[in-house]
Amino acid sequence: MKTKSILEKKRERTGLLFVMPSMIIFTVFVFVPLIISFVFSLLKFDMMFNHIEFQKLDHYKKLLGDGRFWNALWNTVCYTVFSVPLLIGLALIVAVMIRRKGWFSGFCKSVYFIPAICSMTIISILWSFLVNPDIGVFSYWLSLLGVKPINVLNSPKWAMPTVILVGIWKNFGFNMVILLAGLNGIDESYYEAAEMDGAKGIQKFLKITVSMLMPTLSFTIVNSIIGSFQVFDQVYVMTKGGPLFKTQTLVQLIYSTAFDSFNMGYASTIAVALFLITFLISTFTFKRMTKGEEDLG
Amino acid sequence: MKIKKEYAGRYIGKVIRIVILGFLAFIVLYPFLWMLVTSFKAEADIVSYPPKLFSGRFGLDSYISIWDRIPFLKYYKNTVIFSLSVTLISLLLDTMSGYAFARMRFPGKNIMFLLVMGTMMIPFQVIMVPLFVEIYKFGLINTYVGMLLPRATNAFGIFMMRSFFVSLPKGLEEAGRIDGAGEFRIFGKIMVPLCKPAIVSLFIFHFMYQWNDLLYPLLMTTDESRKTLPAGLATFMGTHVVEYGVIMAGACLSLLPILIAYLVAQKQFVQGIAMTGMKG
Repeated sequence: MKTKSILEKKRERTGLLFVMPSMIIFTVFVFVPLIISFVFSLLKFDMMFNHIEFQKLDHYKKLLGDGRFWNALWNTVCYTVFSVPLLIGLALIVAVMIRRKGWFSGFCKSVYFIPAICSMTIISILWSFLVNPDIGVFSYWLSLLGVKPINVLNSPKWAMPTVILVGIWKNFGFNMVILLAGLNGIDESYYEAAEMDGAKGIQKFLKITVSMLMPTLSFTIVNSIIGSFQVFDQVYVMTKGGPLFKTQTLVQLIYSTAFDSFNMGYASTIAVALFLITFLISTFTFKRMTKGEEDLG
Repeated sequence: MKIKKEYAGRYIGKVIRIVILGFLAFIVLYPFLWMLVTSFKAEADIVSYPPKLFSGRFGLDSYISIWDRIPFLKYYKNTVIFSLSVTLISLLLDTMSGYAFARMRFPGKNIMFLLVMGTMMIPFQVIMVPLFVEIYKFGLINTYVGMLLPRATNAFGIFMMRSFFVSLPKGLEEAGRIDGAGEFRIFGKIMVPLCKPAIVSLFIFHFMYQWNDLLYPLLMTTDESRKTLPAGLATFMGTHVVEYGVIMAGACLSLLPILIAYLVAQKQFVQGIAMTGMKG
């Protein structure tokens, strides 16, 4: 079968033709920029490329001793560590509560999903008004409870928690829908069998719901972790990384290094660090996504 | 006695459940209500303390002045053009590639598919600096083409369409070939009509993502008149004395298309998201 028929060759050409546009776009706008990222991280240059200096590994040395980088990494890790468990925990509890069919569940499901379809920019603008001590209703309500209204977005202590809460407010509905789809895939008979064995509510929840839901649950967790490492919108709109860089995340640091200070070389160095971090996390996702699929071919 | 207690317990549980879910619904809905009401208020009434939701005079002032205060119409036009063109072209290329990867044989197929999957592991934020330089050097900054090209195909879209085409029964193409149809005809006339649900989901996914995206359009546009709604409003927030009513009117108007689409096609939205999420 060394010689292929003309028809077969023609079909192969058509196949190539079908994937070619996508492959060209990926090459030019993903793979080439990725390689350039690594190259840039070794260079120092200005926007016009008039002065290009080879820096060897100086940027990387600078990175390791850069307080701003470690601060941004720490903030990003803090964001992740606090937001992901709260987000997924809330989404899971709500998904379990909403699981029973009925008009009220349906209504709540529709409502919780609304923030997920809205732009994070608009939501951040909205919330920065809502927590504003001069006009915000939420700070007014808190003041009725005896909490002195402060400008939380200007407070080094409260800015990050506010940004985290807004992120949770936006994303829990999205994760809830995914978890709900997973929950509906669990066969009722498991619960019936467990009830016959005398399992109680909490036991049923942990032994059946959580363990059967593990694939979906781990997907939402990994997804949220990766998302947390790329947080930008809330921070850009609500705090611009302040106060005192307390909410500056890695992506916001890359953005401001590249487009406010125009140090694109060093920005690329931080980007490479971000790449290595997310690469480690998303390797797991990739494994999950291709697992169970038949061989390509 | 025991049965009664259990019954009471269930009843209390039910009440707690409704209270919690209702409270959450309130927390989600109230900000939107506030946004809508505020957009109809006069500036003086918005800043009055203590804040009351329904107080003062209501009018369309903010909705009238927004078009003069910021180039809002341009933002809107840019967002519609950007979102629609990216969505439609990406749908076409995703479907073609997904189809080829699922049902055709050609040299280098496996390695190419691996590369496509690999792009999902490269966050946009990592390559945004070189991407900006590239588009800048091509002279495409502040152009629709420059905004469209890097987004004209999407690895997730290809992955999703491929999974869909793989699941279709074998031999569909053979039937077409026996009838003498060419490969393009088989794709367009037999295969694509079969994957309408997947295309609808992907359309919503792409369109919503572009419409809401901030960082990418922010990067690709330096000119005020080329900005999209999120980028324009975010910039406006950062540089001007904040006029709450005007911004809320802008926010309402920019959420409107997505919210209407959600009300009309709620099932497709939720299913689409669940589908994209369930790929795990």
